Amino acid sequence: MMLNSAIDFMQVVDWSRAQFAMTAIYHWLFVPLTLGLGFIIAFMETAYYRTGNEFWKRTTQFWMRLFGVNFAIGIATGLILEFEFGTNWSNYSHFVGDIFGAPLAIEGIMAFFLEATFVAVMFFGWNKVSKGFHLTATWMTAIGANLSALWILVANGWMQYPVGMTFNPETARNEMTSFWDVLLSPVAINKFCHTVTSAYVLSAVFVVGVSAWFLLRKREQLMARKSMIVASIFGMVAALLTATTGDNSGRVIAEVQPMKLAAMEGLYDGQRGAGLTIVGVLKPEKERTGNKEAFYFQFEIPKLLSLMSYRDADAYVAGINDLVNGNPDQGLLSAREKMERGRVAIDELARYRAARQQGDAAVMKEVAAKFSPDTPEGREFLKNYFRYFGYGYLSQPSDIVPDVPLVFYSFRVMVGAGVFFILLFAVNLWLLWKKREERYRWWLYVSLWSILLAYLASQAGWIVAEVGRQPWTIQDLLPTVAAVSRVDAGSVMVTFFIFVALFTTLLIAEIMIMTKQIKIGPKNE
Amino acid sequence: MTTYVLLQHYWWFIISLLGALLVFLLFVQGGQGLLYNVGKTPQERNMIVNALGRKWEFTYTTLVTFGGAFFASFPLFYSTSFGGAFYVWMAILLVFVIQAVAYEYRRKPGNFIGERSYDVFLMVNGFAGTFLLGTAVGTFFTGANFTVNAMNLANVGGDTTISQWTTPWRGLEALCDYRNVLLGLSVLFLARVLGAQYLMNTIDDKSITGRSRRHLWINAIPFVLCFVAFLVTLLLSSGWAVDPATGVISIEPYKYTHNLMAMPWVFVLLVVGVVAVLAGIVLGLTPKGDKAIWFSGAGTVATVLSLFLLAGYNHTAYYPSLADMQSSLTIYNSSSSEFTLTVMSFVSILIPFVVAYIWYAWRAMNRVKITREEVASDDHLY
Repeated sequence: MMLNSAIDFMQVVDWSRAQFAMTAIYHWLFVPLTLGLGFIIAFMETAYYRTGNEFWKRTTQFWMRLFGVNFAIGIATGLILEFEFGTNWSNYSHFVGDIFGAPLAIEGIMAFFLEATFVAVMFFGWNKVSKGFHLTATWMTAIGANLSALWILVANGWMQYPVGMTFNPETARNEMTSFWDVLLSPVAINKFCHTVTSAYVLSAVFVVGVSAWFLLRKREQLMARKSMIVASIFGMVAALLTATTGDNSGRVIAEVQPMKLAAMEGLYDGQRGAGLTIVGVLKPEKERTGNKEAFYFQFEIPKLLSLMSYRDADAYVAGINDLVNGNPDQGLLSAREKMERGRVAIDELARYRAARQQGDAAVMKEVAAKFSPDTPEGREFLKNYFRYFGYGYLSQPSDIVPDVPLVFYSFRVMVGAGVFFILLFAVNLWLLWKKREERYRWWLYVSLWSILLAYLASQAGWIVAEVGRQPWTIQDLLPTVAAVSRVDAGSVMVTFFIFVALFTTLLIAEIMIMTKQIKIGPKNE
Repeated sequence: MTTYVLLQHYWWFIISLLGALLVFLLFVQGGQGLLYNVGKTPQERNMIVNALGRKWEFTYTTLVTFGGAFFASFPLFYSTSFGGAFYVWMAILLVFVIQAVAYEYRRKPGNFIGERSYDVFLMVNGFAGTFLLGTAVGTFFTGANFTVNAMNLANVGGDTTISQWTTPWRGLEALCDYRNVLLGLSVLFLARVLGAQYLMNTIDDKSITGRSRRHLWINAIPFVLCFVAFLVTLLLSSGWAVDPATGVISIEPYKYTHNLMAMPWVFVLLVVGVVAVLAGIVLGLTPKGDKAIWFSGAGTVATVLSLFLLAGYNHTAYYPSLADMQSSLTIYNSSSSEFTLTVMSFVSILIPFVVAYIWYAWRAMNRVKITREEVASDDHLY
């Protein structure tokens, strides 16, 4: 009976993860295009506003129609994500709601209303409001969408690197102590900049690809060329910023999520002067016991990983084995030691709750002091025990290792595609400048099919970020096993499949409508 | 009243206001439910969808903000209700997802499942969305089956979930309490009343206005009956009272009547709200019927606001537990910390600014009513 219950519980965790991952993947199929295309449309409409040239109005309206097809489904999937924090991750909502909820609320008040109000003016207001007001509405829609991304990414950044809070045993949750620490944490800032700029790249590739299709069909060539110029410039700037922020993210991850970095690199034994693997093929899990045994084949650039992670070519980079088994020479505790310390912290919480039930004020006061950053014993306890709170729920040290191949390959897809997009924009700009774009039809095909690569790279980026930090919902403080709602696995499975069916149907509809609208092309007045 | 308690009351007011605005904005759902009652031809249905389609994002955004603000200000409700009444909230989410895409996709070529399917999505959202939301809010007065025990978090290797649901129906059992159903039906019919009034206000077409007026009355009667029945049973019901000094919760007969007496301004708000809703319904029959939405709309906001305040103010448990009375949620035991509520209060200063630009954009877009000609000629259509 107990075994069945344990199996069911693990299934709940897995199905809840699957449901959240599925919703997030679908959500992120639509959101990046909204984030970037909003600005591309705004650039084009600004050109119309300044020149009065009807060509720009017609071009703006064409891309705006595609924006509209994509916009609604992003909102729909976003609604589900927001509420799934509660429906599927009840303990998580309690444990961090005091901090995590605030960005969500601010997102609603500050960004969603901006977006919702002005998107209606943008779509329907061409003949109802002045040119200036319409242009303002278009910019406000783009800014609103990006502001909403800011707040949810701040929240996500906080999950990866929890700062600006303290644990309150009275409420058994973390409570915010510094809003600015949450908002301006290096992880949050990098996450926002890297994610939105990568979304701009995707949008730019989309516009370049669709424009390439028009050039291949010898239709709407002027619109296609001009759109390609706008998108390529926008995309080039965004791609360079994505690369810069990606580099920064790597540096921050090395400090706050070393296991994620080790998984990204398939690095099992830590080393000084660690090399960066450019390409490689991993062996099966059981054979991956050390660096030499991990790969069938590997091509790496010596010392580059150390250099990129710590700005020092000889710096030490911890490997998976070091983080699981510990490495005293490098001051790394083993996962087992962290699990024991985490249990000490959890036991202290239990002691507080028991004392509270019995009305034992002395014990409550004693334990509360341990969780307080304002007392010496509190600082010691928080630093050496509470920071490993989540480890206390793990059953074995290897639980802290994420799915290495998935993270390793996803990282290479993301980075490889990112480098390719810089080349794509550069070549297109050069061809457009030389007016030779239609001579190289094969390159136009490459541009067109790059759209799929952009979506793949974008999803791969999120896989690196989220799978790479498993098993944590909150880094080191709350693993998925302690965060999940107590719903039976069957219920989550049912809702999982309902949403899979629904989202897939809507995705097919979206692609069909989008394709049709592209084929129809811009309308004539 | 300490600063913390003041902030808890302030944020319950904000949540109540968002809830009240959400119920008003459900006129979009109400209008969707009337799609085939009022729109007899494809062109008429297109006019209706385009009238509602310019506002659906407001309802959606208010729902999202309502959820986000609830999470931020009363996270224990979020973790208890959403994680517990799983089926109900999932059903609500489902019927709102299908709405979001229906407007944009219904008339687009190559939309995969056909215009009729998207119209069905709108209808399902119009009926089920309003009814389920109303029924779920009913549990603020009638209670739900859950326990809250923070000690569970320390149960390593066992069940660590703090908030647990005690029935396998996961919230669907709320349908067995007739008071919840009465509130659900009230919201459903009110949304249809408001929907009919909105169509009269936005569309310049005799046939649509005439049918909207007819359906305003058809839906007003069951609305009034259901709402009066709910209100009477509520005022006669016992409620869950909390002792602010000890936090101990107990049953108090006629709790909501006592709340009305203790808070005369809420009583006035309720009466003014109900009168305004009724005045709007009556006004809908007159030649100036296109202004009825503003009376009934304002009345809806006032009425719903007063109901939420009755649920949470005056030391009342706003989410009573039927399984363990002391697990009941109050604005005191379920709120965020004082620091977080303070931070968010600064952010809430933006709200009047948000309302101002919504109002400005709304007026700019609704200055001219929708006509058959416009729907035939406009570039971006639903």
